[in-house]
Amino acid sequence: MASMDGYFGSYVVVVVLLLIGVGIFAGGLFVNRMLRPDRPTPEKLMTYECGVDPVGEGWAQSQIRYYVFTYLYVVFAVDAVFLFPWATVFAAPGFGMTTLVEMFVFLAFIALGILYAWRKRVLAWT
Amino acid sequence: MAEVLDIAVRLIVIVVAFLVLPLIVGQMEHKAMAHMQSRLGPMYAGGFHGWAQLIADGVKFAQKEDVIPAAADRRVFAIAPAVALVPYLVVMVVIPVGPGLVGADLDAGLFFVLAVMGIGVLGSIMAGWASANKYSVLGGMRAAAQLMSYELPLVLAASSVAMAAGTLSLEGIAEQWRWWWLPWQAIGAVVFFVAGLAELRRPPFDMPIAESEIIMGPMTEYTGIRFALFMLAEYVGIVVLSALTTVLFLGGWQGPILPGPVWTLIKIFVLAFVVIWVRVSFPRFREDQLQKLAWIGLVPLALLQLALTGVVRVLLA
Repeated sequence: MASMDGYFGSYVVVVVLLLIGVGIFAGGLFVNRMLRPDRPTPEKLMTYECGVDPVGEGWAQSQIRYYVFTYLYVVFAVDAVFLFPWATVFAAPGFGMTTLVEMFVFLAFIALGILYAWRKRVLAWT
Repeated sequence: MAEVLDIAVRLIVIVVAFLVLPLIVGQMEHKAMAHMQSRLGPMYAGGFHGWAQLIADGVKFAQKEDVIPAAADRRVFAIAPAVALVPYLVVMVVIPVGPGLVGADLDAGLFFVLAVMGIGVLGSIMAGWASANKYSVLGGMRAAAQLMSYELPLVLAASSVAMAAGTLSLEGIAEQWRWWWLPWQAIGAVVFFVAGLAELRRPPFDMPIAESEIIMGPMTEYTGIRFALFMLAEYVGIVVLSALTTVLFLGGWQGPILPGPVWTLIKIFVLAFVVIWVRVSFPRFREDQLQKLAWIGLVPLALLQLALTGVVRVLLA
């Protein structure tokens, strides 16, 4: 079993488990299809909104208030991703103080960003 | 051959855990909530304290008609439950229950976990949008806002542990763990657990599904087996969150006298009980309170934890 060795070997197990998961989902639907009745009527297929017939389309326009949070998230999440490779080596011999100072620079950037957003009142919902 | 058999056994154990542990958590929730609220809870099914209630529910769901509304985006609507459920199963492959007892010990394990759990979140957003229902769209949007805000503290708290252990492998992290990590990583643990609860949309963070105002949000239009799979995803989510908190912050299998896997299970179920306890104890957060808690509460706390971890680690080295 050469394919099980090496770096990507363990990911083969992950892929197999993913396929099992898809199989469980498909199996559940199949059992359901064998057991369930299937009698669709126009009333049954109507969108359910509190029992009254729906007015207009379901994909209604609405004001998205949190798009600023989205920007914040994208900026900070990209930053945070770089933390992981750094986290595993920052305390290795020879790094010490340098990486610690770097970390505080990194934290300061994020903290400053949030402070700025807060002062600009974009963290308020209304 | 022996290697294939070994992996097959590991996968079977994972699948059994995936199907059974959520049922036990669900049963625990029935009973714990009933006692905390001075009521009986389900008592009839199966005779003894209603132990078969969830199995009866499952049988009912499997027999129910699968209605897909005419207005819905059929294909997206149909696969959304799988997108919500399957990632939790895949995450379970890297969670160790004892030294060497893990599906696959990936050296980027922690990163893998966070990446894959992020996919599960898409399930609710897909369901909310594809339902073509005003309440579902609202719920899906709320879910998107909530999951985005809580992902950052979750990632930051998790990376604090990676810094402490100097590895991303979950097995490596649990091995490195010492008792004094408890006070050292306490802030990170709380941030991780609370942000995880929010990602699961469990009360008090259940604004996206708030059944009393937007009738289950993204799940309004779901019936039968697809709804059941969403429910299963929620309870598997509790198990996975508890297991991750156990491995990252509570030392995984480490503990006196009892064997490792038993300790892992004990810790998982204690945390699952806390999840239920929190649900019973706190009222639902309003949407703006949710955002405030994440950005002004949890993110700064997580940054504080990172600073603390870094300083202690460099001073010790």
